[in-house]
Amino acid sequence: MAATATAASVPAVALEGVGRAYGERVALRDVSFTLPPGATVAVFGANGAGKTTLLRILAGLLRPHAGRASVLGAELPREAWRARGRIGLLGHEPMLYRDLTVRENLRFHARLHGVPAARAEALTEQVGLAARADDPVRTLSRGMTQRAAICRAVLHSPELLLLDEPLANLDPGGALAVAPLIGRAAGPARVLISHAAEAGLAEADWVLGLRGGRQAIWAPAAQLRLADVRGLYA
Amino acid sequence: MTGTVAALIRKDLQLERRAFESVPAMLMFSISIFVLFHFGLDRGALAGDLAAGVLWVTLLLAAVLGMNRLFVAERDQGGFDGFLMAPVDRTALFVAKAIVLFSFLVAVELVAVPAFVVLLLDPSPGQAMPELLAVLVLADAGIAVVGTLIGALGVQTRARDLIIPLIALPLLVPVVIAAAEATAPLLAAQGAEPFPARWLAVLALYDAVFGLLAYAVFDFLLEE
Repeated sequence: MAATATAASVPAVALEGVGRAYGERVALRDVSFTLPPGATVAVFGANGAGKTTLLRILAGLLRPHAGRASVLGAELPREAWRARGRIGLLGHEPMLYRDLTVRENLRFHARLHGVPAARAEALTEQVGLAARADDPVRTLSRGMTQRAAICRAVLHSPELLLLDEPLANLDPGGALAVAPLIGRAAGPARVLISHAAEAGLAEADWVLGLRGGRQAIWAPAAQLRLADVRGLYA
Repeated sequence: MTGTVAALIRKDLQLERRAFESVPAMLMFSISIFVLFHFGLDRGALAGDLAAGVLWVTLLLAAVLGMNRLFVAERDQGGFDGFLMAPVDRTALFVAKAIVLFSFLVAVELVAVPAFVVLLLDPSPGQAMPELLAVLVLADAGIAVVGTLIGALGVQTRARDLIIPLIALPLLVPVVIAAAEATAPLLAAQGAEPFPARWLAVLALYDAVFGLLAYAVFDFLLEE
């Protein structure tokens, strides 16, 4: 289905024929969609379908090799500087220094983004990490590390959240604690990579399905059935 | 940019204090080399050109160990991504890393140079200490600037441990030549000789040229 979403103001994401290769291997080919501000797109696809590549292009960390990409009105990569500080990325890696404590990590990122340290403290409290705030990240469980990484990703109140399986490793209490920060009610537009079809559909306004780096689905979430999404993994 | 540089330096010093990797390795390497020379040369003491050469080659090779590790945490723990997504001047990373490498070199030299004096030197530089300090500061600045540039380049490659010395050492030959030429008269057997200030000027010129060059190109090195 063609990209049909329209936005009254600047789209959070606008891709037109975007492609990306690593040497000979094409990871992403001809991906096009427009995501309105404040909307959520759930990205589904099997391992190697190009989801992480897409996320890193949107974060401005990878250059698209084909097509046009713009994020929050900034053309990538030419105007990537305009989007810096407005995007929050929660990827596979927590992007935290293992030998620093949670507090030191968050304060460091707060300084980079010009955010008061009190914001870091409040987030740590909110996700139930206050008691472990002075422990080095390397001593935390995966779930606790994920909570800290979520704090890092939303520290600067981004306008676009790029989330790669954000609830991975979180227990039900953890998922509940981070929901106000990265859930639908949080406010920013979201690109949400998920393998949980049902939960992903429930969270999304739009669905992007990738198969072998190609765009297999672009549709409103309400129009899709679980079987459509599960078909991407067949 | 000052606040960003300060935050980056503080973070790197905290990491070094916790992990204790770079400075101890550089220091142990320097002292080991001095001990090897002490026995390998089979001389009671060194002076002049030979002493200066041993000192500067050893310090340069120790510095390479620091260069190899300078950006490892950024690459392995997502520091590059976090920094690249922040609304900050990217050259702040260059300035901060150069200052950190410079401070590592100073920390190493605080122990390694006295160890060199004890193990290999006769006579002690004593009176010539201010001149020796000036040479150390200017040479360290050059090593830090070039080391930061090459460290950022090399860390993106798989063969980091090979690439960094292969590129950095030829680029730093002028530093070794100028530093050794400036240091040799200070370590003369018959006591410190007149100090050749022109070699200090060469070091200062090298620092300025490579400092500006690194400042200009560092942003591009961070690009994918």
